[in-house]
Amino acid sequence: MMLTRGAAAIVGVAESDLGAVASGLSPLDLMAQGISRALDDCGLQLSDVDGLFAAATQSRMATTALAEYLGIQPKYHDCTYMGGSSFMTLAMHAQAAIEAGLCEVAVVAYGSTQRTAGRQNVAPHDFNPYETPFRPLLPVGAYSLAAARHMHEFGTTREQLAEIAVAARGWALLNPAAWEKKPLSIADVIGSKMVSSPLTVRDCCLVTDGGGAIVLTSAERAKQLRKPPVFILGAGETLSHLTVSNMANLTVTGASRSGELAYRMAGLQPADIDVVEVYDAFTISTLLFLEDLGFCPKGEGGRFVLDGAIAPGGKLPVNTNGGGLSYCHPGMYGIFLLIEAARQLRGECGARQAKDCQTAIAHGNGGVMSTQSTLVLGTEATL
Amino acid sequence: MEANSEMSPLATFRQYLSQGRLAYQRDRDGRAVFYPRVVAPGSGGALSWEISKGYGHVYSTTTVFPREGAPYNVSLIDLDEGFRLMSRVEGLNPDAVRIGMRVRMRVLESEDAPPYPVFDPVGPQ
Repeated sequence: MMLTRGAAAIVGVAESDLGAVASGLSPLDLMAQGISRALDDCGLQLSDVDGLFAAATQSRMATTALAEYLGIQPKYHDCTYMGGSSFMTLAMHAQAAIEAGLCEVAVVAYGSTQRTAGRQNVAPHDFNPYETPFRPLLPVGAYSLAAARHMHEFGTTREQLAEIAVAARGWALLNPAAWEKKPLSIADVIGSKMVSSPLTVRDCCLVTDGGGAIVLTSAERAKQLRKPPVFILGAGETLSHLTVSNMANLTVTGASRSGELAYRMAGLQPADIDVVEVYDAFTISTLLFLEDLGFCPKGEGGRFVLDGAIAPGGKLPVNTNGGGLSYCHPGMYGIFLLIEAARQLRGECGARQAKDCQTAIAHGNGGVMSTQSTLVLGTEATL
Repeated sequence: MEANSEMSPLATFRQYLSQGRLAYQRDRDGRAVFYPRVVAPGSGGALSWEISKGYGHVYSTTTVFPREGAPYNVSLIDLDEGFRLMSRVEGLNPDAVRIGMRVRMRVLESEDAPPYPVFDPVGPQ
């Protein structure tokens, strides 16, 4: 069975507390908070939820733990774990379960307290005898190797990468929920502490706490709820490797494949997309996904982002909440891309609202460019 | 019933390293395979061990700046036999390592850790 275009919709979205959360709050507390707020957003009750989907680095049996916490017994649950792209894939699984009649109201949730608990305590890396002895400082080391290769092959510059961080900061300054509150310049990015060349600390995502949830249901039921539904028009996912030393070409990610699948199902092209939300764990990530999702040709990403092209007021609105670089990054950021895309399509984004927003792409990345999962979303007008 | 394996792929790889040799595998179609496995990726077929001449070039490179201690190099090396591994290039400043640089393998041995392959620049740079 294939997923059906427009058969399911995101009807409720919410963040939990973000940034630095109160001491003692657990990832489950944040997931429950997100779920409660997302249900309020659409007018459904906890008792309506019969499908539970979650992924978290700090909870290996996330849906089981969450069901216990919430005191519900879902008919269907799934805690597929594939890094930051898990949430797009869980949304696809939720749609599949809804279409198959396994559940009717699905919740996808995430929570992390990596800032207050200490990153090394919440997301330890697997030991790999062929990589770990060389201390590659993952994940940033892998993205640095990709950035170095992109600069070598295509003449991409440090300034071009910095432009991506500056654009994200511009959007963050329009988002009251964003962690970063001060302007950032290209010189600031290039001049900040080098982490793994060519990437500085300002090329890297934040380390915050946070969580959130989305509620999905069938298209029919979605139309009876409080807010305009955000329909899943297209979906695609792929995996290409686990470790960076097994990534065949460091300048091409699996987003080229997952994006193609999602566009094909949606019947849309990159030029049809009004707002772009891509997983920006690092500046190079945004650049690679803009290329691989077809917004510019391969190798042109650096030139594409110049002169504020993806910043507020630019030619393409990208990462309009401020992104993992400037808004929030609790470790597995994918859920926040879906929340922001849904809000943009509902026209709820105030100062950062993209104009005439009918279609959005939300692209998740997991591991070291390892798993890629793409959703194309649209308003009722796009059905 | 088949007998248990006598030696893991990792132990075999390290045994070759302790003899100064960089081992990799080939599948039945002649494709080079690294990291060492018990079955060939793609086909699930048999693998045979080969010894690399140890020459290759830098595919990509970064200098890591740790919170404590000196910056160090991490590189991906493409070996001439057609496989890639993570390692580092030694014998020059980490940020002097360049993509495309010609390198040669040397086994680094220490008392408290297993042997592993590092690389030195070769020829005119």
